[in-house]
Amino acid sequence: MISAGAFAAVGAAATLWPLIQQMNPDASTQALASTEIDLKPIQEGQAITVIWRGKPVFIRNRTPDEIKKAADTPLADLVDASARNDALPEKAPATDLNRTKKGKENWLVMVGICTHLGCIPKGQSLSDSKGDYGGWFCPCHGSHYDTAGRIRKGPAPRNLEVPPYEFVSDTTIKIG
Amino acid sequence: MTQHESTYRPTTRAGQWLDERLPAARLMHSSFVDYPTPRNLNYLWTFGGILSFCLGVQIVTGIVLAMHYVPSDKMAFDSIEHIRRNVNFGWLIRNVHAVGASMFFIAVYIHIARGLYYGSYKAPREVLWILGVIIYLLMMAAGFMGYTLPWGQMSFWGVTVITNLFSAIPFVGQSIVKWLWGGYAVSGVTLNRFFSLHYLLPFVIAGVVVLHIWALHVVGQNNPTGIEIKTRADTVPMTPYATMKDFVGLSVFILFFSWFVFFAPDYLGHADNYIEANPLSTPPHIVPEWYYLPFYAILRAIPSKLGGVVAMFSAILILAFVPWLDTSRVKSTKYRPVYRYFFWFFIFSVLALGYLGGKPPEGAYVYWARFFTAYYFLHFLVVMPIVGVLETPRPMPRSISEAVLGGAGGTPHGATAAPERR
Ligand code: HEM
Ligand code: FES
Repeated sequence: MISAGAFAAVGAAATLWPLIQQMNPDASTQALASTEIDLKPIQEGQAITVIWRGKPVFIRNRTPDEIKKAADTPLADLVDASARNDALPEKAPATDLNRTKKGKENWLVMVGICTHLGCIPKGQSLSDSKGDYGGWFCPCHGSHYDTAGRIRKGPAPRNLEVPPYEFVSDTTIKIG
Repeated sequence: MTQHESTYRPTTRAGQWLDERLPAARLMHSSFVDYPTPRNLNYLWTFGGILSFCLGVQIVTGIVLAMHYVPSDKMAFDSIEHIRRNVNFGWLIRNVHAVGASMFFIAVYIHIARGLYYGSYKAPREVLWILGVIIYLLMMAAGFMGYTLPWGQMSFWGVTVITNLFSAIPFVGQSIVKWLWGGYAVSGVTLNRFFSLHYLLPFVIAGVVVLHIWALHVVGQNNPTGIEIKTRADTVPMTPYATMKDFVGLSVFILFFSWFVFFAPDYLGHADNYIEANPLSTPPHIVPEWYYLPFYAILRAIPSKLGGVVAMFSAILILAFVPWLDTSRVKSTKYRPVYRYFFWFFIFSVLALGYLGGKPPEGAYVYWARFFTAYYFLHFLVVMPIVGVLETPRPMPRSISEAVLGGAGGTPHGATAAPERR
C-alpha cells in the first residue's frame, strides 16, 4: 500500500513538472543571438537605446564632466555597493571603472530597466529629466540613478545591470 | 435554524418522477424559494445577488469578445479596435465587459464593507467570510489579466510593474518572474498565457461562489441587528420577499451600470490604454485600474522594495483573519458606540489611499499615504482587538422580530428560551 501511494505521488509529481516547466522561456526565446552596435554616430553627451533579448539597453557616450562626477563619488555614498557587471564577480565594488571597460570609460552600457519594478527610466533623450544625480530618473516610483547608472535615491534596490558585452572594434560593440 | 422543512411539492408526474431520482428542483426550491431569510434585511443585502449578476455578465460578454479577440502582441490592440468599430454591437459588448469589471468591483467593495459593518464575519460565518476573501483575490487576478488583453500602454506597463513585484522575493524572485513572463521581458508570450488564464478564472470564481452560497445556507444570513434567527417569526421565505427586494436593488444598479456604458464608457479607464503597447517607452505616470489603487498606495508608501510588496499583500490577506481579530461580543456596529467611529475612519482611510494611489509618489502625497497605511493596519491589529474588549455595547433588542415590530409584538410564537437582555 505504501509503495502504491509512493508510486502515485512520484507519478503525480512527474506529470506536474512538464506542466510547470512549459511556462519558462522557450528555445526560440533563449536562442536570441547577440547584437552588434556601431557607436560612431553617437556624439559626446548623446545616448541611444537598443534592444537585446527583448530588453532595452542604454548606451551613453558620457561627457568628461559626467565621468568625473561618477568617479569622484565616494563608495560609502552608494546604496548598492556591487558593480552589477555581468563580466565581473558579484563582490566587485561599484566603482565607475568597474561599470565600464578600461580605456573606454566614456561608454556606459546598461540594461535600461529600473531594478525596482521594471519601468524604463527617463534620461536617454536630451529633454528628459535626469533626476537629482544627473543620470536617469524612473518616474514610476521615483528612483534616481547617477551618471554611472548607480541607484542613489528611491525604492530601487540595485544598480542598473551592465550586460555582457565586448568591443569588437574601436567603435563597435557586441552585446551578449 | 437553517435546517428547514422543504415545502417543495412537485405538481406534475414528470416532476415527481425526477424528484425521486435527482432532487435538483427540490434543492433549488429550498435554497432560493422557501429558504428562511431574516425579515429585517436592508438594501445592502441585495449586493450578493448583484454580484452574481455581474459574474454572469462578465462571462457572457467575455465569451462573445473571445470570438473576435486575437491574443497576440501584433494583433491584440487592433482586434479591440476591430471589435469596437466593425463587429456588430461589438462597441456595446466591449463597453459592457470593460465597465462591467468596474461595476463588479464597486459591488464587491460595498458587499465587503457591509460585512465589516454588521460583523458578518464573526462566528459561525468565518468560513463563509474566508471564501469571500478568496473570491476577491481571484477577482483581482481576473481583472488584472483582463486589463492586459487590450495591449495598450497601461496594459503593458501595468503587467510589467505587477509581475515585477514577485522579483522582491529573496533568491527565487527573478526565476519566478521569468517563469511568469515566458521570456526576459513582458512579451506576446505573456499576453497569450494571460488570455488563457483570464478565460479560466471566472469559472473558478463561479465554483467558489457555489461554496460561498453553500456555506451561507448552512449558517444562515446575518442581518442588520447581528442577532441570530431564533424562531420562525424572525424570518420570511426568500421568495418572494428577499428576491423581489433583490430585483429592486439590481434594477437601480443596472441603471447606474448603463449610464456608464452609454455615456462614459472610458471614464473609469485610462486614456493611455488607447496607445498601443511600446516596450521602449514607459508612460510618465503609471496607474493601475482604480480598484487596485488603495493597495498600490500601500505598496509605494513603504520605502523598501520587499517591504512594500509584503505590506501590499498583507493588506489583502489580513482580511482573512478579521474573524479572530475582532473581539467584540456583538456583531453589528449599530450597537457599538465606540467602534463605529473607527469603522468610518477606516472607510475614509481606504478611500484616501485610493485617491493617493492615483497621485505621483512625491511630497505630501507620500506622507499621507504613510499615515493612512499605518491606520489601515492599526485598525485591524490594534483597534479591532482592543475596542472589542473595552467597549460597552448599546442595549440590544431581544430578537429580530422585536427589532422590527417593536417591544410589544416581540414575543415570538412558540419561543422556548426565556427572553434575554444583553
Ligand atoms: C470575473 C470576471 C471577469 C472580469 C473581472 C474581467 C475583467 C476584464 C477587464 C478589466 C478587461 C479589460 C477591459 C478593457 O479595458 O478593455 C477584460 C477584457 C477581456 N476579457 Fe474579461 N473579465 C471577466 C470575465 C471574462 C470571461 C469569462 C471571458 C471569456 C470567456 C473574458 C474575456 C475577455 C476578453 C476577450 C477581453 C479583451 C477585450 C477587451 O479588452 O475589451 N473575460 N476583462
Ligand atoms: S519601477 Fe522604477 S521606481 Fe519603481
